[in-house]
Amino acid sequence: MNPYEAPTPPTLPTLDRRDFLRLTSVASGGLVLGSFLKTAGNVQAAEIAKAAPAGDFTPNAFIRLGLDGSITLIAPRPDSGQGVKTSLPMLLAEDLEAPWQSVTVQMADLNAIYGSQAAGGSTSTPTFYTLLRQLGTTARIMLVEAAAQTWGVPASECVAEAAVVHHRASQRSLAYRDLVARAATLPVPDAKRAVLKDAKDFKLLGRRISGVDNQKIVTGQNLFGLDFKLPGMAYAVFEKCPVFGGKVVSANLERIKTLPGVKDAFIIEGTSDLRGLMPGVAILADSTWAALSARRQLKVVWNEGTHANDSWDNFTQQAQALAAKGTGNVVRKDGDIDAAFAAASKTVEAAYSYPFISHANLEPQNCTARVSADHAEIWAPTQNPGAGADMINKVLGIPKANISVHILRAGGGFGRRLSADFVIEAAAIAQKAGVPVKLTWTREDDLRHDHFRPGGFHFLKGGVDASGKITAWRNHTVLFAGGLSPDEFPSRFIPNHLGLSSVIDNGVPMGPWRAPGSCVFAFVYQSFIDELAHAAGRDPLAVRLEILGDHGTVPGTGERGTPYNAARMKAVVKLVAEKSGWGKKLPRGQGQGIAFHFSHRGYIAQVAEVTVSQAGELRVDRVVCVSDVGSQIVNLSGAENQVEGSIVDGLSAAWRQELNIERGRIVEANLAEYQLLRMPDAPRKIECHFLPSDNPPTGLGEPVLPPLAPAVANAIFAATGKRIRQLPFSKTDMSWS
Amino acid sequence: MAKFTLQVNGQSRTVDVAPETPLLWVLRDHLDLVGTKFGCGIGQCRACTVHIGGQPVQACMTPVSGVGRKPVVTIEGLSTDGSHPLQKAWCELDVAQCGYCQAGQLMTASALLAENPKPTDEDIDNAMAGNLCRCGTYLRIRAGIHRAAELTSARSPKEAAQ
Repeated sequence: MNPYEAPTPPTLPTLDRRDFLRLTSVASGGLVLGSFLKTAGNVQAAEIAKAAPAGDFTPNAFIRLGLDGSITLIAPRPDSGQGVKTSLPMLLAEDLEAPWQSVTVQMADLNAIYGSQAAGGSTSTPTFYTLLRQLGTTARIMLVEAAAQTWGVPASECVAEAAVVHHRASQRSLAYRDLVARAATLPVPDAKRAVLKDAKDFKLLGRRISGVDNQKIVTGQNLFGLDFKLPGMAYAVFEKCPVFGGKVVSANLERIKTLPGVKDAFIIEGTSDLRGLMPGVAILADSTWAALSARRQLKVVWNEGTHANDSWDNFTQQAQALAAKGTGNVVRKDGDIDAAFAAASKTVEAAYSYPFISHANLEPQNCTARVSADHAEIWAPTQNPGAGADMINKVLGIPKANISVHILRAGGGFGRRLSADFVIEAAAIAQKAGVPVKLTWTREDDLRHDHFRPGGFHFLKGGVDASGKITAWRNHTVLFAGGLSPDEFPSRFIPNHLGLSSVIDNGVPMGPWRAPGSCVFAFVYQSFIDELAHAAGRDPLAVRLEILGDHGTVPGTGERGTPYNAARMKAVVKLVAEKSGWGKKLPRGQGQGIAFHFSHRGYIAQVAEVTVSQAGELRVDRVVCVSDVGSQIVNLSGAENQVEGSIVDGLSAAWRQELNIERGRIVEANLAEYQLLRMPDAPRKIECHFLPSDNPPTGLGEPVLPPLAPAVANAIFAATGKRIRQLPFSKTDMSWS
Repeated sequence: MAKFTLQVNGQSRTVDVAPETPLLWVLRDHLDLVGTKFGCGIGQCRACTVHIGGQPVQACMTPVSGVGRKPVVTIEGLSTDGSHPLQKAWCELDVAQCGYCQAGQLMTASALLAENPKPTDEDIDNAMAGNLCRCGTYLRIRAGIHRAAELTSARSPKEAAQ
C-alpha cells in the first residue's frame, strides 16, 4: 500500500435483479434477499434469516422487522468516530419509512454479504448511499403490498408512513408489525420498482441526528474494543524490537514466568512483514497490571537488523543530496519549463518538508482472540475486519470459513486501524497460549510501532510572468515510498510543469493517515501558490481563481487518474471568500489565509484567521470551511462534527506533532513528548458550510483536513511576514517586530 | 497482594491486588467498571479521570493503596440513569466522535460545574486543558458544558441541590 495514497475505492455495487433480488425461502417462514455479492450472498443471507426469530420479516441482510414491532437495522461498517454506525442505518430508515426513535441499530460482524466492510478512504457514503436506500425502498414496497392484499385494494392507493401503512380512501391503517407475516410470503419486487424518494420528502436525511452510541458513551458502558472480556481470558502484552524490523534473539522468559500473576511468557517468531506479525515477546497474566509489571523486568536481546542506523537527520541529508543532483523519476512534463523560467519576470525557490507522525488513536491498539489450531474468533476495534481475517488465514493457515470477526467500537481510526497487526498478534498469541487472550498495547507501543504517516521533502521552483500569472512549476518530491502522482495539483493547470520523484530507502513501517498524501501535499502546494502570489504582488484568492480558470472537468492521467472538476472547486473557493469576508483590513499580527484541496471526491476550501503575538504565539481565531460533497448531507450533525474535527485534527498535526527517528527507532515515548492539540489552542470559532451540487453524495471523514494547514500557514504569513515551509509550525519562529 | 476496600459509586467493593496497582486497572479489570479509559498511563490524556473525594484525579497515576476510604465516583456513577445535565447536553449536542475520551471529559467537566456553575469560555479552557480529545470535539465539549450549565440553572433549586 502506498502510504501517500488513499486506499483504492471499492467498485460501487450496482443493483440488478439477478444479484440482488434473489428470493430464498427459509424454514423460519421469513425470507431474505441475497445481497449484492454474487457468490456469497444467497447462502449467507439465508443464514442470517435463520438466525432471526421465527416469523420475522428479513427482506434483506440489513433489515429485520419483528412480529413485536421491533425494527433492527444493520450498520455494515465499523465506527471509529466517523459516524457511519448512525448515518448508514439512517439511509435504510429513510426509505423504509421507519421512525428513527423506534429503530435499533446493530453492528454487523464480518460477513461477505455486506460487501467491503473496510471503513477507509471516505468511501462509506458513496458506496452505500443508493444501495441502502434501495434496500429500504424494496422492503417498504413489500409491506405496502401486504397491506393492499389484506384490504383488497391496489397498492398504489396505499402509503407507508412512520411504520404504518395507510389506505386513506377507506381510512384504514395497519402497522408494520401486523404486516410482517404476510410480507414475508410475497414475491420480491423488481429492483426497477425501487423508485427512491425525492429529496424534498426526506424526513431524516439532512437532519441533525445524535449518534446511536451516545447514551452508552456518556454513561461508560461496555462498548469499545478494550472494554471487551471473555471468561478465562489472559491479559497479554507484547514487546517488539524498538528498531523497525528487529528480531528477538533471546529473552529472560524463565524469570518472567516466576513473577506475580504471570501465566505464561514466550517468543513469537513472527514474519518479516513490517505491517504484519512482527517478532516479539508475549507476556500473559491474570490482569493488565500484572502483565505490565512483569514487562518491566523483561530483558530481550535483539537483532536490530539492517536499518538500525536510520535517522531523520540522515534522511534529510539524503533528500537534500537528491535535490542538489536534480535527478529523479520524471512523472510529469508539460510545456517547456526552461523557456518558461527564462521568460518569467519573477521566480521563487523553496524547500518544504514535514516529519513522520503518528495516528495516536486515543484507544491504544488492542484485540481479543480465541484461537485453536483451525478456528479463530476475534473481537477487535478495527476499521478493516476483513484485513484481520485475511492475515490470520495467511499467517496461521486457518481457513477463512473458520474465522469470525466481531467489530467493536474503535477509539479513533484515522487509517491506523485499516492495518491488522494488532489482530494477528492477538491471534498468534492466543493460539500459542491455548487460552483466550486480550492483547493491550501501551501508549509507548502505539507511538513506537505505528504505521506512520510518512514524512517528505519537496523542492520547488515557480515562475510568474509579467502579468503575474503562474507559468512555470518545477517540483522535485522526495518521499519514503511510492512517488509523486502525475496528477497532483496544480499539475494539469500550469502550462509548463516538471514533476520529479525520488524515494529514500528506509525500513520505517508506514500506512495511510487521514487523507493520505493530501494531508501533507496540500500544505506544500497551497503554501507555494501563496508564495508565488505574494511574489507577484497579487491577491492569493485571485491567483487561485486564475489557476482554476474556466476549465470544467479536467481528466486524470493514466488508468487510475482522477478527474478534477475545476468548476466545483471554483464555486467553493468563491463562497468561502464571501462567507469569510476575504480581504478585510486587519492590523499587523492578524491575518487571513486561504487554501483549497480536492480529495476523496470532496471539493473543500477554507479561510483561516489568526492572531500572532509579537513574541510569536499563535492563536487561530476563526476557520471558515465550504465543502461540496455532493447533493445531500446524510446526518448534518455528524457531517458538521467531521468538519470541525478535521479542522482541529489538521491544526493539531500541523502545529506540534512530529516524531523523530534516531538509531532506527522513534525518539518520542509518550504523549508528554508527542504533543496533541488541547482545548485552549483549538480554533475559537469554526464555521461550516455545505454547498450542495448535482453530484452523488460523498464522504467527509478525510477531505476537510488537507486545506487547514496551508490556510493557517498562509494566514501566519499575512499576519507576520514569516513563511512556514516546514511542519510542524512549532519549528518556525513566528515572532515579529 | 493485599486486600483493599474501596467506596466506588456508593458501594463498598473489596479487591485483592498488588498495592501499587493503579486504580484505573482495579476499576477496569477487577471491578468491571470499564467506562474509565486507558490512554497513556502517565496522566497526559486524562481519559482515566475519576473523582476521589469530589476532586478530579487521574486513575492511571493513583495506586489503589492511596485511595483509602475516600469516595470514588466513576463515569458509571455520575448519575444513576444518564440524567446528569452534562450527559444530557452531550447527547443533545452530539458531542462525541469516537467517544473514547468523553468519560474523562465528563468527569473533569462535572468537577468544574460543581465548583463553578456558570463557567466562562476561559474557565472551561483552563479546567479542560488536561483532557485530550484526539477527534477534536473541543468546540462541542465547550458548548456542552455551557448547555449543561443552562440545564442546571433551569431546574428548580430543590432539584439542583440534589
